[in-house]
Amino acid sequence: MNIIKFLDDLSDQQLFETKGSRRDSFNQIKNVGKNFALASIPFALAATSKKTAAATMSMSSAMFQASPIDVLNFALTLEYLERDFYQMGMDTTGLIPESDRAVFGQILKHEVSHVNFLATALGDQAIAKPTFDFSGGPAGLTLNTFGDYPTFLALSQGFEDTGVRAYKGQAGALIDSDALLEYALQIHSVEARHASQVRRMRGEKGWINANNNTLPIAFSGIYAGEQNTVQGGVNLSGMFNNYGGDAAITEAFDEPLTMAEVNAIASVFIVS
Amino acid sequence: MKKPMINVQSFHDGREGKMNSRRKFLKIGGLAVVGSSLFLYSCEEDGITDEEINALDAKGVDNKRVFNLGKGDLGILNYAYVLEQLEAAFYTAVVNGSYYNSLPDSDRGEKQILRDIWYHEVIHRDFLKTALSSIAPPGKVAPELDFNFSGVDFSSRANVLTVSQILEDTGVSAYNGAGKLLESTDYLLLAGKIVSVEARHASAIRDLINPGSTDFAGDDVLVDLGGSGVAYDKAVAPRDVLAAVAATGFLETKIIANNLPTA
Repeated sequence: MNIIKFLDDLSDQQLFETKGSRRDSFNQIKNVGKNFALASIPFALAATSKKTAAATMSMSSAMFQASPIDVLNFALTLEYLERDFYQMGMDTTGLIPESDRAVFGQILKHEVSHVNFLATALGDQAIAKPTFDFSGGPAGLTLNTFGDYPTFLALSQGFEDTGVRAYKGQAGALIDSDALLEYALQIHSVEARHASQVRRMRGEKGWINANNNTLPIAFSGIYAGEQNTVQGGVNLSGMFNNYGGDAAITEAFDEPLTMAEVNAIASVFIVS
Repeated sequence: MKKPMINVQSFHDGREGKMNSRRKFLKIGGLAVVGSSLFLYSCEEDGITDEEINALDAKGVDNKRVFNLGKGDLGILNYAYVLEQLEAAFYTAVVNGSYYNSLPDSDRGEKQILRDIWYHEVIHRDFLKTALSSIAPPGKVAPELDFNFSGVDFSSRANVLTVSQILEDTGVSAYNGAGKLLESTDYLLLAGKIVSVEARHASAIRDLINPGSTDFAGDDVLVDLGGSGVAYDKAVAPRDVLAAVAATGFLETKIIANNLPTA
């Protein structure tokens, strides 16, 4: 798959109309009866096809379902944020110890690629790069992000863990756009590799344990909901007491964030 | 008509020594993905008849010789369950091995990392079994598979971590490749919840092998998309993942993936 193919997909109107068109929504609502019948099955996700899932969505949260263009621009915003953050970090003499520069150089390289990929794919539909303030000024914070390495590390962890949750939260919005979904997943897991590495550099586990937040209090939203133990309608709590218990359950599954939740986190650093 | 199938069998046949078997695995595993055609066999060649294959569509439990993953989302979930069984079995062997048990206990240390990963993979495995069992009759759910890790030296740090890295990287590429094959947004979200944890594992294991390097998200495992740079995990189709798994010789059950969705 290459950019050309990607652009072909993007220019395919069908792609963007599969989720959003009014006609589709009406058709999907017809399937609601079938969907209700499935609700009695214990594993509540039973056999939801794309259509029935879409019907559920059209009933409950259609207004929150973003178009693929919205999703890509949302992703691009986060990638711009990360890219600028790491670029400024790498450019600040004396901030990143020599021993850690290989890691952050690699992460920066990836974020540069992600920005270029998304911006190219979106073409003239790409948003303009926002103006960032990494001191958290827009939220009234005065973080010494590029003068204090622990603060830089903390924000790095926060951005990476947020990125993982953000991409995950949008996967469903791309389910009918196979190519876009696959690209998003290919970025998603790289963000998770970054997150694990940076967390471990901070003395954390590479995986998220419940909703524990070791970042400044203003960022507790980054871990909100990670204490979840209900997966696929099954409450796993208490089922793995010989395998790390509920704490391990929360580590074993990363949770999504909605676009609004992610935007609230990112807005701390976005001037305009 | 001959039905192609993924042949899963051990290279370890008694004449090959441990080292040979292991070397073969690492060589193939290092490629991460190999063309599946090498491992496609007709059922006749394996002494398994078309009738037997077809019968498997309605029967799977207690049949560890060969299992048909099935079709649609169920087939993909069975596929994930097979991979999680492999990982869980591997780490169960790790924590019972001398390398792991010789490690010092320390917070955030190597032993805790391996123990956590073991927990996570067991949880993934048992969760998928529970989920599958609630949406499909027993015959359509993959059985508890048998594994053969005789090619792995569980007293060797290098050997354990190398195999771990391959399994985690493979898991990431497998979930990434399976995402677009799922019809249900709910299953897609579940796969997303698991794949990023596999990627966290892969990152940590890679950093244990080569600390402080770029290996946690190394150019050796990532790929380029559209000329934008090497910055993306692979997304690999189930047949190719299963072929690579078959090549390890770890899995003693033949897995038939003929009915899985391909797009």
